Amino acid sequence: MNLNALDAVLAIPLFAAAVLAALPGYQLTAKLNVLASLLTFLAAISLFVIEPRSGDYLLVDDLNKVFIVLTTFVAFTTSVFSASYIGHEIEIGRLKPAYVRFYHAMYQVLMFAMNLALLANNIGLMWVAIEIATLTTVLMVGIYRTHEALEAAWKYFILGSVGIALALFGTILVYMAAKPVIGEGLYAMVWTVLVVHAAKFDPALLNVAFVFLLLGYGTKVGLAPLHAWLPDAHAEGPTPISAVLSGLLLNVALYALLRFKILLALNPAAIAPGPLMVTMGLISCVFAAFMLYRRRDIKRMFAYSSIEHMGIIVFAFGMGGPLANFAGLLHMTMHSLTKSAIFFAVGHIAQVKGTQKIADITGLTVSTPLLGWGLVLGVVAIAGLPPLGIFMSEFLVVSSTFARQPWLATILALGILIALGGLFLRLNTIAFGEPRGSTAPTHASYVPLFAHLAIVFVAGIYLPPTLVSGFQNVARLLG
Amino acid sequence: MHGLVFDVAHLLAGSLVLISFIELYQDRLFALINIFAAHALVLALSVAWQAYVQEAPHLYITAAIALVFKAVVIPMALHRIIVRLGIHREIETVVGIGPAMLLGMGLVALSMVVMLRVTAEADPLAREDLAFSLSVVLLGLLLMVTRRNAVSQVIGFMSLENGLVLAATGAKGMPLVVEISVAFSVLIAFIVIGIFLFRIRERFDTVDVQALDRFRGERK
Repeated sequence: MNLNALDAVLAIPLFAAAVLAALPGYQLTAKLNVLASLLTFLAAISLFVIEPRSGDYLLVDDLNKVFIVLTTFVAFTTSVFSASYIGHEIEIGRLKPAYVRFYHAMYQVLMFAMNLALLANNIGLMWVAIEIATLTTVLMVGIYRTHEALEAAWKYFILGSVGIALALFGTILVYMAAKPVIGEGLYAMVWTVLVVHAAKFDPALLNVAFVFLLLGYGTKVGLAPLHAWLPDAHAEGPTPISAVLSGLLLNVALYALLRFKILLALNPAAIAPGPLMVTMGLISCVFAAFMLYRRRDIKRMFAYSSIEHMGIIVFAFGMGGPLANFAGLLHMTMHSLTKSAIFFAVGHIAQVKGTQKIADITGLTVSTPLLGWGLVLGVVAIAGLPPLGIFMSEFLVVSSTFARQPWLATILALGILIALGGLFLRLNTIAFGEPRGSTAPTHASYVPLFAHLAIVFVAGIYLPPTLVSGFQNVARLLG
Repeated sequence: MHGLVFDVAHLLAGSLVLISFIELYQDRLFALINIFAAHALVLALSVAWQAYVQEAPHLYITAAIALVFKAVVIPMALHRIIVRLGIHREIETVVGIGPAMLLGMGLVALSMVVMLRVTAEADPLAREDLAFSLSVVLLGLLLMVTRRNAVSQVIGFMSLENGLVLAATGAKGMPLVVEISVAFSVLIAFIVIGIFLFRIRERFDTVDVQALDRFRGERK
C-alpha cells in the first residue's frame, strides 16, 4: 500500500495523539504538538499539487480542499499559541501537568476528527467524525474542572449530543431516500454516488431529512435558537480550544450542512434549502449583535461575535448563486483567521490581567502595547472596517443581496452595524485609557497573532488570482 | 410468514414507545433506571428480530451490545453511583407528570403524521419502524428537558440513542452506522458516568443540575 497525502492528513494526527498520550513532560510534548500540526498542514497543501484518487470512504474535491487547508493552517498556528499559553497555565498552577498530556493527545484527536469529517466520502463516516470532534471538545472544555467549566462542558455535551442525534436521524433518512434508487448497502451512503442519483430520490423524505440535518448540524454551527452551548464553551475552556472551536469546528459543521444543501439543490422536487438557511442566518446575526452589548466576560463577547458571523456566512450560502457563495467562502476564511487571532490575543490578555472580566481589563495599549494593539487590530477587522479582509467579504455579501432582496440586505446590514457598535463600545475601555490592576509578565507568542492579522490585511487589499479562481470554482460547485 | 414478521417487529417497536412513556412519569431514580433497562432489553429483542428477518448476522452484534451493555452493565453502574452518592430520593421534574405525558402524546402524534406521510412509498416494515423510532427519539428529548437531575438526563439521552439504533437497524442494509453508533453510545456512556458524574460529585456534592446553574458564567 502506498501512502498518499490523503492518508497522511489523517494518519499524522492519529499517530501523534498516540505518541503524545504516552510521553511525559510539557516542553517536549508541546513541541511535538506543533511539529505534528505543521506536518499535517504540509500534507494538506500537497493535496493541491498531486490530487489523490477518491475512494469509497475518502474524497478530495475542490470544496473540501479549501476547508482542509484552512483547518490545518489554523490548527498549526493555534498549536504554536497553545505552547506558550499552556506553559503559563502550568506555571500559575491552573492546569496540572498530568492533564497536559491528556490535553495534547486530545488536541490531535480533534484534528484527526475534523480532517476526517472534511475528507469523508460517506455521510455515515462524516457523522461519526463530527461526533468524535464533539466528544473531544467536551472533554477539553471541562479540563479546568472549575464549577463554570463543568457546567459549560455539561451544557455543551447535552446540547451537542442532541444536535448530533438529530443529524444521525437525518442521515438515516437520506439513506432511506437513496435506497430505492441506488440499492441497499454501502453505495447508498457514498457521497459521490448520492450526488449522481440525487434527482431521482423521493423529495418528501429528502425534505424531512434536511430539516433534521439543519437542526442537528445547525446546533454545532451555533445558529440562533440552538446556540446556547456556544458562549459557555468558549468562555470556560482553555483559550486555544476557544480559537479552534470558533475558527474551525463551526466551519466543519457548516461544511456538513453545505454537502446536504448541494444534495437537495440537485433534486428539483425537493424544497429549496436556501430560504431556511437565510432565515436562520439572519436571526443568528441580528440576535447575536444585540447580545454583544451586555457582555461582562471578554471571551463570551467574542463567542457571540462568532454566532453573528456564522449567521452571516449561513445567510450568504443560503442566498446561493456564484457571487453570494464566493462571498460566503471568503467570509468564512476571513472569520476563521481573524477570530482565532482575537482569541490568541485574548488568551494572553486574560493571563496578563489574571481575569476575563471586561470591567477589570483597561488601558491595554498602555500596559501591554503589543497585545493591546493586536486586539485593537483584530476587533477592527472583525467589526468589518475597511481595508481589512472581512470588510471585503461583508461588502460582497450585502451588495450581492441588495441586487436580489433589498429588504434582507437591509436587515443584514443593520445587524452588522449593531455588532460594530457593541464591539467598539467595549474596545474603548479595554484598549485605551488608564491601565488599572496588576499586570503579570507573560511569554506571549506574537507570531501566530500577527501572522493571521497580516493575512487578513493583505486579503483586504489584494486577493491572488489563483485563490479567486479557486473560490469561484467552489462557489459554482455549491450552486 | 410476512404477517408474522411484520407483527413482531411492530409489537417490539411499539413496546419501545410505550416504555419511553413509562420512563416519563417515573419519579424515583432507581425505578427510572430499571425501566431504562427494560427499554434496552426490548431494543435488543427488536434488533435481533431485524437481524433474523433481514438475514443480517452483523446486527446480532448490535443486539448483544444493547443487551449486555445497555440493559445490564450501565443500569448496574448507575445503581452503584446512586447508592454511593446517596441521591435515591425523588426526582425534581421541571414539568409536572400530566403535562409531560400530554406533550409526549403530542410528539408521538407529530412523528406519526410526519413520517407516515413522507414514507408512503417505502416498504411498510421500514415505514412503521421509522415512525416509532422518531417517537422514541422525541420522547428521549422530552425526558432530557423535563428533568433536572444529571443521572436522569443521561438516561434520557440513552433512550434517545435507542431510538436511533432502532431507526438504523430498520433501514434495511444500512452500512457502517449500526456498529459504529453502538460503539459510540458505549463511549458516551463511559464519558458521562466516568468523568462527569464523578467530577460533578467531587465539586458539588450533588448531581442536581440546578446546582450547576448557580455557577453560570455571568450570573455571579
